[in-house]
Order: sequence, then structure tokens, then C-alpha cells
Amino acid sequence: MSDNLNWLTIHAAHELLARKKISSVELTQACLDNIEKVEPKVKALVTETADFALAQAKKADATIAQGKATPLTGIPALMKDVLCTQGIRTTASSKMLEKFVPPYNAAVIEKLIAAGMVLVGKTNLDEFAMGSSTENSAFFTTHNPYAFERVPGGSSGGSAAGVAAGEAIFSLGSDTGGSIRQPAGFCNVVGLKPTYGRVSRYGLIAFASSLDQIGPFTRDALDCALVMNVISGQDKRDATSAPEPVPDYTKNLNGNIKGMKIGIPKEYFVAGMQPEVDTAVKTAIKKLEELGAIVDWNVSLPSTRLALAVYYIIAPSEASANLARYDGSKYGAAFLNTDSMWEGMEKTKQFGFGPEVKRRIMLGTYALSSGYYDAYYLKAQKVRTLIRREFDAAFTKYDALVTPTSPTVPFKIGEKANDPLSMYLSDVCTLPINIAGVPGISIPAGFAKGLPIGLQIIGKPFAEETLFRISHAYQQVTDWHTRRPMI
Amino acid sequence: MTTTTIAYETVIGLEVHAQLSTRSKMFCGCSADYASTAPNTHVCPVCLGMPGVLPVINNRAVELVMMTSLALNCAVSSYSKFDRKNYCYPDLMKGYQISQFDAPIGLKGWLDIEADGEKKRAGITRVHLEEDVAKLIHRVGFDGKAYSLMDVNRSGVPLMEIVGEPDLRSPEEARQYLMKLHTILQYIGVSTANMEEGSFRCDANISIRPVGTTQLLAKVEVKNMNSFRAVFRALEYEAKRQGDALANGERLAQETRGWVEAEGKTVSQRSKEFAHDYRYFPEPDLPPLNISREWVEKVRAELAELPDARRDRFMNEYSLPLYDANLLTATKTMAEYFEACVKTGQPANLSLTVRAKQISNWLLGEFSRLTNANLIEVNQAKITPVMLCELIDLTQKGTITGAAAKQVFETMFSTGKPAGSIVAEAGLSQISSASELENMAAKIIAENPQAVADYRAGKETAAKFLVGQMMRLSKGRANPQIATELIKKKLEEK
Repeated sequence: MSDNLNWLTIHAAHELLARKKISSVELTQACLDNIEKVEPKVKALVTETADFALAQAKKADATIAQGKATPLTGIPALMKDVLCTQGIRTTASSKMLEKFVPPYNAAVIEKLIAAGMVLVGKTNLDEFAMGSSTENSAFFTTHNPYAFERVPGGSSGGSAAGVAAGEAIFSLGSDTGGSIRQPAGFCNVVGLKPTYGRVSRYGLIAFASSLDQIGPFTRDALDCALVMNVISGQDKRDATSAPEPVPDYTKNLNGNIKGMKIGIPKEYFVAGMQPEVDTAVKTAIKKLEELGAIVDWNVSLPSTRLALAVYYIIAPSEASANLARYDGSKYGAAFLNTDSMWEGMEKTKQFGFGPEVKRRIMLGTYALSSGYYDAYYLKAQKVRTLIRREFDAAFTKYDALVTPTSPTVPFKIGEKANDPLSMYLSDVCTLPINIAGVPGISIPAGFAKGLPIGLQIIGKPFAEETLFRISHAYQQVTDWHTRRPMI
Repeated sequence: MTTTTIAYETVIGLEVHAQLSTRSKMFCGCSADYASTAPNTHVCPVCLGMPGVLPVINNRAVELVMMTSLALNCAVSSYSKFDRKNYCYPDLMKGYQISQFDAPIGLKGWLDIEADGEKKRAGITRVHLEEDVAKLIHRVGFDGKAYSLMDVNRSGVPLMEIVGEPDLRSPEEARQYLMKLHTILQYIGVSTANMEEGSFRCDANISIRPVGTTQLLAKVEVKNMNSFRAVFRALEYEAKRQGDALANGERLAQETRGWVEAEGKTVSQRSKEFAHDYRYFPEPDLPPLNISREWVEKVRAELAELPDARRDRFMNEYSLPLYDANLLTATKTMAEYFEACVKTGQPANLSLTVRAKQISNWLLGEFSRLTNANLIEVNQAKITPVMLCELIDLTQKGTITGAAAKQVFETMFSTGKPAGSIVAEAGLSQISSASELENMAAKIIAENPQAVADYRAGKETAAKFLVGQMMRLSKGRANPQIATELIKKKLEEK
């Protein structure tokens, strides 16, 4: 049995731990063994923290022995390498931070460690979370566990692939325009982008501050609810975190979605969408209908088509400021052997940042420049308000909206690497959700020739509970989420 | 050849930066006391601008800017927000400064000043809140190469910017404006406003134009002025330089110039044609500030009485002359010291106004002389208001003479002992005993035959000399009235 422990869900593992059928050290060792086996093929990890993990696992076993286990006690997990971990290097998959060791923990890391989580490793991503495939990592590309020649999605590709490949029981990622949901869809796992403000961003290396949210990758909806129970809530260190109370997200997972109103916005079934994806998503929606949900197939959110443009003005603008601090004078990469300070700062940026990061800094700098601000940034903010209002209006009629997570199955490594625009389009279904600030979840909904397909469910602000309820109900009558890659 | 002289007028607007007197920094919990500690000790990931950290607004700093806005007759905005000001410099930890661009906390106020005998109302454009930057210390190493050190203690200290309208028409008006503003900030306790330490800094925009026109010529920004006098001198220099340049047919450049104190001139620092594009945009890490009327009223209730109001009250309540009231209210500490003295009360036979004037005389006289000479602040003096009033009472009751009181005061000032014990120890109480004074007068008459002869020859002033001798003999303790009577009586006797 022990060689299969790493494939458990959180709730199943907790069950076994609490009943002392297994120990956290055993569970952790199973993950570490599997990492050794699959990691050469998957390459999900930037840093493996085996020693730290085993030490934490021992502590967790002591807690369990005292009968004080909570759902995450002793559960091995992976953290996207933009979440600062005290004493453990945090690179953002950038040369700029290749050797950066934060002196503090991100708020979510603090909470998870306090809850007994066992940190197994830090996962690969597109540099500074800018990308949809992990091909923009300054170190290496992560491979999709279902097809190694294909991408795992991005930017949180390492976190998605790691859970899909059984390297840990769950992981955290960050989502600015789809960076959790798209890789979750590509890797056949559950991925949630919570409502903006639901989870503290303190200690998350910023890409676009008004869009970034941290969220979990798990093997089912119940696990996702369990992780959200721990990481949600207001944090006085993040002024944008919301005071809304945190419910017990597992409470209403009863399989009953009868009478729930679900809208299907037609704009998300875009031209160029793969027919297999279209079929799988529609089949999943029919399943929800069978479960008693009232589905409106004819919803329209016309501003959706503008979301991509809005996103590629706002996100790079904020990024251009957020990344200005990396100048070599304080931490991270530094080119010191130059004739002048200014040359040193320039060279640091020139060699420290990769091409996609530079492209976005340039885009953002341009959009904010005097004379262009009104036409780009200000206009984008106005359209953002329109998009939000459209979602608000839709949610007066529907409890949730359902769409594909991505118009395609995972694409081949290298297929879009030299075509930024087509890469940007792979996030067309997920971007509007960040623009609106509402929560969205991607759950496994089928396969096309062995490649995973994700279903996106979008909810009202702070209604993560609804997303879990629908996902859970769907997972009671389907088994896509239990499938494993052949590795 | 004829020349026509064009008369120019000077147009000046001042931008003042003042550090706020908060305990912690603007966006983190670090102590804002950056000066009195070792470099890089009051720092944390937030003010170091490390990856992943977020700012949290210091509400007290917001209140101090609200308070300043109220003191400067500004409207306090119900909606305000923070913006990122993007520029690259090693003293700026995040690569952007969190500041306020188009929605400052305070808007459209004014400051009443008096310069060259004329009253004037100068407009205040805005008051906004931002964060200070780290400090760079430039050094030269043993190898002769220049290097720089960075002290991050100052990074994130709350900084308030007060932008004035270009309403000032002379360097003297600018100096008066600045001094008035300085007094107000200290008065309401929002800033230590210490110019030497850099907690109160001033930049000036100055241009000239032919009298009667409204079009401004090239605007020059003058920086690096570290005292009121430097501001006055730099602006005087700059107005003349601009006038001379135009008279010589030169074209004035829009630029930033630095004041070089040692050489008494301004030098060009950078041309505005390459002006920064700060790419301001709303700070996404901070929600907007919603300032309720209740909050404004709470801050208003906390606002101390302003210097002008206090001056007027002193004149009404204590019937003090304008001169006294002005000086007593010039600093908050002096005004408070004065009122503490008044509050100790006065003998029944004395009116409040007489006592107030007595206190004022002491404070503006001996007290100010000694505090100035010893370079100490009013509130650092060893003499408490109660002690000063005891001294005044001793004089009033005739226990000591006015001359002796000055001696007692000096001793009190240096030792902090109460007047009563100084008088007792030094035997300074006034001599009013007739027999003692008779003997003294007889001795003086006997020892000064020349003066006695002069008096008798009709030289009235000789009597004053003799009284003076008697005061000297008694070490100032002789009752001056009785002494004068006795001397006159003796002189008339023969």
C-alpha cells in the first residue's frame, strides 16, 4: 500500500493518519520516493525540500500522537516558487532571484505550517508568473504528466503537474489571468482562483497586484475546501484582503444542487475552440442538468471579448512597477563589476530578466507613459468596470456560470513559444474572471485522446462554497478526477 | 542711445516637505525614529522593498495630514487615494514611491502672512501624504575611489508635501510664508519641522515677468536650501539672475537649479526638457481612503489653537500689547509656558492683566535673554512657571528689590532652586529698617564730599549718584524709595 500513499486525497490521508494507520513520515517518504521516480520526466520542482519535509513530518506525527491532528496535519504539499518561504530560496523561476532566500514566510505559508502542512518542494513556473506553459521559466520547462511532450499549462505549471504526478497531495499556485485554472485543466486536477481579497497576498511575489490571487491545486473538491478553510481570511498585512467571515467550506458538500441556477455564457465558446473540448464541456453541463441544476444555455456577456485587451494593459502596467525593485542593489542578482552604479543597475535587469518579462515591462511602461495613460490604462480601467458590472448583473440571475477552462487541450512544448499572441489567447476563458475579481474553479471534465479537459465554474464574490458544492456534486457522479497519468 | 528699463515682478511658489511625527513608518510597523539610531536597524522586509511584501496605511499619518489641512484652511477630501510614482534611484527601495497624485487629502487652503508691513493671503494648492526614501551617504575610500553607503532607516518615514500657489511676490514674502508654515506645523505638533535635520525641506519655483502681464516666463525650480535665510538669499539671487539675463537679451531656460550656500549662488542641475515621466497610476495594493465627516471632526477637535488665534486671545483675555502677544505666541512652548504662569494665580490686590504683563515682561526679558544665551528651549529651562511666579510675588510684596530679583532669577536659572531659598541663603531680602538705612546714608554722605558739594552747588544729578552708591553698598537690598528719601534729607540738612 505504501507505494500508493502519495496518490491519496487530503481527506483520505487524514483519515488514515488520524486512525494511525499510516504516519506522516511514511506519507512524506512516499511522495519523496515518487519525486525521485517521476521528477526527471516531469520537472515540476525548482527546489526539493526533503530534509525540511521529513522534519516537519516528524513534528506532525507527534501532533497526531497527541490526538491533535487537524485536516492538513502531516499532509505533504508543494508551493509555487513565488510564495516566500523563510530560509528556503524563492526564485520566481527567474535568474534575478535564483539565490534569493526570503527572511519571512508568506501569510499562506505561515498558516499552512501552523496547520501542520509538510513542505516537500517549491514548484516551477513561468518567470514571475508571466506565461501559460512554464516555457518562460528561466530554468527549465515542466512537462505534462499526461503527455511529456506537452506543456502542463502555466504559469503555475509545476504546482499542477506536481499534484497530477503524485509528487505531493496538494499544492498552492497563484492566478493572475488563469495561472491556476488553466494548468489545473491541462493536468486533470482541481484548481481554484478565489475571490480577490479572499486569501492574503502577503509574501506572494507580485506580478499584477490588482489581479493576483493565491489558490489550491487538489485532487477533488472536498480537498480544495479543506485547504481554503486554512488559507482564507483577512490579514492585516494585506490591505486588499477582505473582512468577510470564512465559512466552513466543507459544510454543504452534500451532492445536492437541485434548483441551482447555472448560466452558460456563449462568448466563452470561442472560434478556434477544439471540438473535443466543446463536446466534453457540454456533456459535463448536461450532467449538472441531470443532477437537477437549472441550466440557461443562452447567456451573453458581451464585454468578455474586451477582457484580453484590458488584461494586457492592466497586468503589464502593474508589473512594470512591481518589478522595478529588482535592480541588484539590495538582494537577488547583481552585476557589480561595472564602471558606474547606473550601468550596474541596467546590466542587472538586462541579464536578470527573461524576454517575456522584459516584453511585459515594456508594454506596461508604454501604457502608463504620459500621453498614453488616458488612452490605455484609464480606458482599460473603465472597461474593467463594465466587465465587473456584467458579471454582477449575471449573478442576479444565476448562482454560477459554467465555461470551458481553456479552448484547447494541452499544446505541445514549443508550439506557441514564439507566438506570444497565440499564447495569450490560451487564457481567453480565464482572464475575465480575474478582471471581475470573482472566484473560478477548474475541475476535471474528460479527456481527448488521453489529454485532460477542464470545466470552469464561476461564482459570485465570496461564494467559493457554491463552486465547491457544484464541483463536489459533479465528482460524486463522475470519475475523471480519480484518473491518474501513466507514469 | 536710449534704453528702456522693463520692470519685472517675481513670482514664487513654495513646495514644502515635512516629516510627520508618527511613532511608526508610513506603511510598516518599524519605528519612524531614523536619526537617533544606528544605520539599517529600523528596517523590515516592507520598508526594504523585498519581494512579496505589501504596504499598510498608517492611519495616524493620515490624521496628521488632515490636521495640517485644517490648520491651513484646506478642504479635507472625503475621497482620497494613493498612487505609485515610478522612478529609478537606489534610495528608492521599491522602484516607485507611494505618493498621492490626483486625489490628495487636503485641497485649496490659504496662509495669512505679513511681509514688509503688508498683510497678504497666500494660497495653498494641496497637502498630500507620501513616504520618504532611504539615505545615501557618499564617501571616498582609501584608494581615492568614490563609493556610497545606504541607510534604509529613513525609507518609509511618513512625509507630507504642502504645495503653495505661486502667490508670493518677493523673497521676503517667501521667507515669511515659510516661517509661518513652520510655526504652524510645530504648533499643531504634526512635525518637529527641523530644517537642519531635514524634517522640514523647501523647494521653490521662481520666475519673473514684466509687471502687468500674466504670462509666466521660464519657471526655475530651486533646491538645496537648508535654512530660512538660505531660502531668502537663494530667491533674491535667482530673481536678480533672471532679471539680468533678460536685460542682457538672454533666453531663460526651464530648469532645476541648486543653491550653493558657500558661494552664494544657484547652479543649473538639470534641464526640465528631459523631465521625468513618473507614470503615476493608482496604488493597487491600497484601497482608497474614505474620510468621513466624523473622522474630520474628531481630528478637528484634536487640533491645537493656532498661533494667530492664540495671539488674538492673549490680547483680548490678558490685555497684552500686540508686540508682547506676537512674541509670546511665536512658539507653542513659550505660549504654553506663559499660560501656565498665568494659571498659578495672583494676589488679591492685583488684576489679571497687571499680573499677565508682569509675567510677559519676565518671559520676554530675562527669561528669553538667558534661554537664547544658553541655546536652550523654553521647556528645557530649570525654572518652572510656579517658581517664576514666586519670584514675581517676592518682588511684588517688597521682600526683594527689582535689582535683587534679577540676581535671584539668574541663580534660579542656573541652579533650579526656588526663589525663597536663594533669597534666604544670599541674604538678599530688602532692607527697609530706618536705623540701618540712616547709618548707611550717613556713611555715603561722609565718604563722598565731592558729590555732596556738587549737589549743593545746584547739580541735581549728584543725588542720583549718591543713591546709586547706597544701592551698591547694600548689594541692591536697600529699599530704593527710602534710600532716595534719606539721601535727600541728609543733603538738605546742612
